[in-house]
Amino acid sequence: MLETALKGRQGYWGWLIFLLFMMGLGFGCYIYQFHEGLRITGMSRDVSWGFYIAQFTYLVGVAASGVMVVLPYYLHDYKAFGRITVLGEFLAIAAVTMCLLFIFVDLGYPLRIMNVIMYPTPNSILFWDMIVLNGYLLLNIFVGWNVLSAERKGIMYPKWVKVLAYISIPWAFSIHTVTAFLYAGLPGRHYWLTAIMAARFLSSAFCSGPALLILVCLIVRRVSNFDPGKEQIRTLGGIVAYAMILNVFFFLLELFTSFYSQIPGHMHTFEFLFRGLEGHGRLVPWMWTAAAFALISLVLLIVPATRRNEDTLAVACVSVIVATWIDKGLGLIIGGFTPNPFERVTDYWPTTPEVLITLGVYATGFFVMTVLYKIAVSIKEEVGA
Amino acid sequence: MGIDRREFLKVAGLSALFGLGGRAAMDILAPGELEASAEIPPLKKGKQWAMVVDALKMDEAVMDKCIEACHHEHNVPDLGTPKEEIKWIWKEDYEHTFPDQENPYIAEEFEHKTFLLMCNHCTHPPCVRVCPTKATWQREDGIVMMDQHRCIGCRFCMAACPFGARSFNWGDPRRVLRVAELKELNRGFPWNHNYPTRSKGVVEKCTFCPERLAKGMLPACVEAANKVKKGSMIFGDLADPESEVREVLRKRYSIRRKPELGTEPKLFFAI
Repeated sequence: MLETALKGRQGYWGWLIFLLFMMGLGFGCYIYQFHEGLRITGMSRDVSWGFYIAQFTYLVGVAASGVMVVLPYYLHDYKAFGRITVLGEFLAIAAVTMCLLFIFVDLGYPLRIMNVIMYPTPNSILFWDMIVLNGYLLLNIFVGWNVLSAERKGIMYPKWVKVLAYISIPWAFSIHTVTAFLYAGLPGRHYWLTAIMAARFLSSAFCSGPALLILVCLIVRRVSNFDPGKEQIRTLGGIVAYAMILNVFFFLLELFTSFYSQIPGHMHTFEFLFRGLEGHGRLVPWMWTAAAFALISLVLLIVPATRRNEDTLAVACVSVIVATWIDKGLGLIIGGFTPNPFERVTDYWPTTPEVLITLGVYATGFFVMTVLYKIAVSIKEEVGA
Repeated sequence: MGIDRREFLKVAGLSALFGLGGRAAMDILAPGELEASAEIPPLKKGKQWAMVVDALKMDEAVMDKCIEACHHEHNVPDLGTPKEEIKWIWKEDYEHTFPDQENPYIAEEFEHKTFLLMCNHCTHPPCVRVCPTKATWQREDGIVMMDQHRCIGCRFCMAACPFGARSFNWGDPRRVLRVAELKELNRGFPWNHNYPTRSKGVVEKCTFCPERLAKGMLPACVEAANKVKKGSMIFGDLADPESEVREVLRKRYSIRRKPELGTEPKLFFAI
């Protein structure tokens, strides 16, 4: 099947070359970081995780969201999604690849990464995160690849693939739950220490991931002869709508507990994010932008006419992605470290090399995704689906 | 001991096979005899090492001496910027040491008091719980130890520590030997040639000086403090009711940082 990725139009190759260029740029910056250490990033003693870990967290959500097409197909026998389950799985593969790369580039001593396996430590959530992420990657590779190759041959996929697909459903929930546990079990970090963290993570995952999938489906329809389908996109739109409503609802629950209780430690981070704390307010415009986009997306998703219209649905999806990305890709991590354990505020902002390394990882993910989608779409075209 | 050479070799070989050290082999062959036979300095025997800082006797001049002693003992460089700061022991005012004890009407004496902070060597350390490689772990004597040569630099422990006690080598600490302005800040670095060097990308923190305890010496900060002002810092075994730390804690009112988190810090401030 791989050979289908080697034949493509100019646009396809142009896009891949652009991604390769970004990957090269990111890799060059990574060599610099490898040599100099993480001091080339904006991180410090107080904000000791930054952009990398935030992107990792966001993308775990995107990866987990593959289940939103897999679950209705395999558990509810919703046939329409049979056309696009492989797109969900391949999106998950690309997203998990980025997750693993973001963890890697964040390590201070990457050459020792195998210590996690050589000295397995079950009391560390990071140990379990490694297991669930790698497991999820393998599950999606096996299931996606085998289902697609069976489709090409015009036969039913083997039974064991279905077993793996069933396993991958709770597994998808586990990756984002375990990732939430990285944060939600730390004493003294008020913004993170909340039982609703995993639920918030899952809800934001199940709106942002399918939103991305809708956009990708629209692109696939435009650049190939394979149409993921009107009904499929419409159903995904409904999923995005419910998940985004839940996501905003969960956020409001946090706000209520913090501000009705008036406990300072619970309010500080929200104040820092939305109003600025002790004169530090770099994230304030970002967070209000997120709030505005969340509101726009909610209106577009809740009103049936705009949700069913693919153009306005696309706008809603972009809004969902912007809102959830700012919430998780900026606010969650920086906010979690602010104020620090001494209740002081230290500013953090990613440096240029840090951003370029981040873009390099994203380019790698999009490269993987483009190639996998090219294969999937070529085969769909071939069998005339 | 009641075993012959043949039997000894058998047990020694087996224990070597299972990766048990000489100490473990001794325990199998003759439990307790190693302790009894060797001359052990009293500081080696602690079960729950703890530190009491006498906030009334302690002053900033003494603290500076402690900080210098510690940072020279462990070759902790001054990197010239708060962004990359590495600190094992440092000063902090009341408000930020005890942010959960906010009190606008607190006695003036405490309002302007400075406290000496370091790793709390918590009885239930969150940093140890989260470390994915056991690079940080709790010793039997309660010390929360750090292996900078196993650490992968994931910084999970820094996120988990509610006391901000951990520092990360954002860059190569040895560059203070090369960069001119850092050389100026760190004259004589490395001050202690016997302490292991670190590389970039690993976490470090106060360890209660186990390498000194093993020789029967007090931690560097305690030694320095008591040289200047006797009794300003007390170090000892919390498990021993007769120890000096226990005696001070019995007599004086003491506080700890963020007790509500349940980590049970073993750094006390007698006030």
